[in-house]
Amino acid sequence: MPIHDQSYRRYGGTRAMPGRSWTVIAWAGVVTMVKKRIFLGLLLFAWLPFVAQAVRLYLSANFAQLAMIAPTAETFREFLDYQNFFVFVITVYVGAGLIANDRRANALQIYLSKPLMPAEYITGKLAVLFVFLIAVTLVPAFLLLLLQILFAGSFAFARKNLFLVPAITVASVLQVMLASFTVLALSSLSKSARFVAIMYVGVLFFTKAIFGVLYAITGSSGPSWVSPGDNLAQVVDVIFRLKPRYATPWQVSLLVIVALIAISISILERRVRGVEVVT
Amino acid sequence: MDVTVAPTTEPAVRLDDVTVIYGNNRALKNVTAAFARGAVGLLGPNGAGKSTMLKSLLGFVKPDAGQMQVLGMDVAKDPLKIRARIGYMPETDAHIPGMNAVSFVAYCGQLAGLPGVDAMQRAHEVLYYVGLGEARYRNVETYSTGMKQRIKLAQALVHDPDLLFLDEPTNGMDPKGRDEMLELIRDLGRNKGVSLILSSHLLPDVEYTCDYVVVMDKGQVATQGPINELKGPAGRVFELRVKGDLRGFVDVLAREGMDVHATDEDVMRVFVPAGAGDQRAIFSAASRFGAQVRHLRPSVPTLEDVFARAIGEE
Repeated sequence: MPIHDQSYRRYGGTRAMPGRSWTVIAWAGVVTMVKKRIFLGLLLFAWLPFVAQAVRLYLSANFAQLAMIAPTAETFREFLDYQNFFVFVITVYVGAGLIANDRRANALQIYLSKPLMPAEYITGKLAVLFVFLIAVTLVPAFLLLLLQILFAGSFAFARKNLFLVPAITVASVLQVMLASFTVLALSSLSKSARFVAIMYVGVLFFTKAIFGVLYAITGSSGPSWVSPGDNLAQVVDVIFRLKPRYATPWQVSLLVIVALIAISISILERRVRGVEVVT
Repeated sequence: MDVTVAPTTEPAVRLDDVTVIYGNNRALKNVTAAFARGAVGLLGPNGAGKSTMLKSLLGFVKPDAGQMQVLGMDVAKDPLKIRARIGYMPETDAHIPGMNAVSFVAYCGQLAGLPGVDAMQRAHEVLYYVGLGEARYRNVETYSTGMKQRIKLAQALVHDPDLLFLDEPTNGMDPKGRDEMLELIRDLGRNKGVSLILSSHLLPDVEYTCDYVVVMDKGQVATQGPINELKGPAGRVFELRVKGDLRGFVDVLAREGMDVHATDEDVMRVFVPAGAGDQRAIFSAASRFGAQVRHLRPSVPTLEDVFARAIGEE
């Protein structure tokens, strides 16, 4: 007689209500990425600007002769600018395969045969990117603000620049949303993560190049709206109460960003289905 | 989770005048069918609409007309409640990339609402049940075709569904693996209290595992019911071999109201309809025609006969 029956048994335990599966997807995605040493290295590398800024804050707070490097509100805007590169690399590394790999392995029909809606699947995948991108933008920016208070030993800077809290939050979330939605939409269009990565890089560089050409021809930075990255820079400048860097009205830049996110959502809604119908 | 358990006498699945159109192609045409609890075969040639029917029941495809009920719930109104109680084994290879078998199956359990610990325990149990216990720590992408079929069954079972949709579960399997898969399906349907719909174009698979059958052809239900009833009483079909003018004799039998199908070179299968007598009618016709009966044996009706009659094939 077997000690333990290895035959099929009915399940008598509890079941969660539908609506929470996105957390399962997000957690699995985060764990999968964190297990990759290269990716962990990349994440650590993405914190180097933070370390450099932290040293700067320490020196300026403790040595009067280094007051010229004391932080201003612009310091935090510059920090988010530095992080753009890491946002780009992480977006490509993590985001390109998020849906493309599932499409390659026909996993969508597995996911969607479970009690979860396509919106939950998309939310779970977005959350994976959100976690890592927030970890290299919003989190270090707020930590820098905290370090400034600690090193200076007063709230004077924070009180004077209180707008930095919402500014960092809004700018980081906008940056992360634009990158996440666009790469996820591209990822849903292909079964090859490599192809998606090439598409994403191509779109960013191509639009930037077009803007460069138009700038050279017209002599005006007005056509910056053709480049998603420059639209973001323009809007983030305004969020940090700085003079916008291009002649394009920031409202136009914001509109382009919102339109890109809306188009991405529309693509995801059409592509994330349990069955691909070819008529 | 609060789920309403339907009375057991109610069909597991009911389709009422369902039509599904892909572009210009009507994949399902006004399909009305009831799938009893237990093991039901969904038979039909390729392109008959079997997979479309399953995908409609899962909510992947929205019907252009008609209503569907699964376990007493409306597919259009309660898709999540339904999917919490069904398991789906797709026809094509499908897995979550980058996971080993036990992680994959546990992950599917969690997606279906099981707590993490329970999902992991069930994953181990189910993998042993489907015969992948020893290979459960291998990456699914390294599995053979037969193993991939088993893991698809495991992920469909992990959350203990009341109803299983199995789409061509023996595709690409070697004879031994196929037999084992059919044993599992039979066990689930007969001993474990899991209702299942087995979609296949392989008649022996359905005949071995199921008690009921729904035969689809060109997007419509050709016939449905218990397999034993559809096969009809034994002894009314005969294998016959004669010496003489074969073609002329076939005409004579046809005039007597019998249905004759050639099977091998000289062996034919004769359906003797009710009221047309029995084997003596065949002997009598042979005697009148002058043909020698060399072989006459009652043939056990098979699902193949039912299928052939339903879709009008010889």
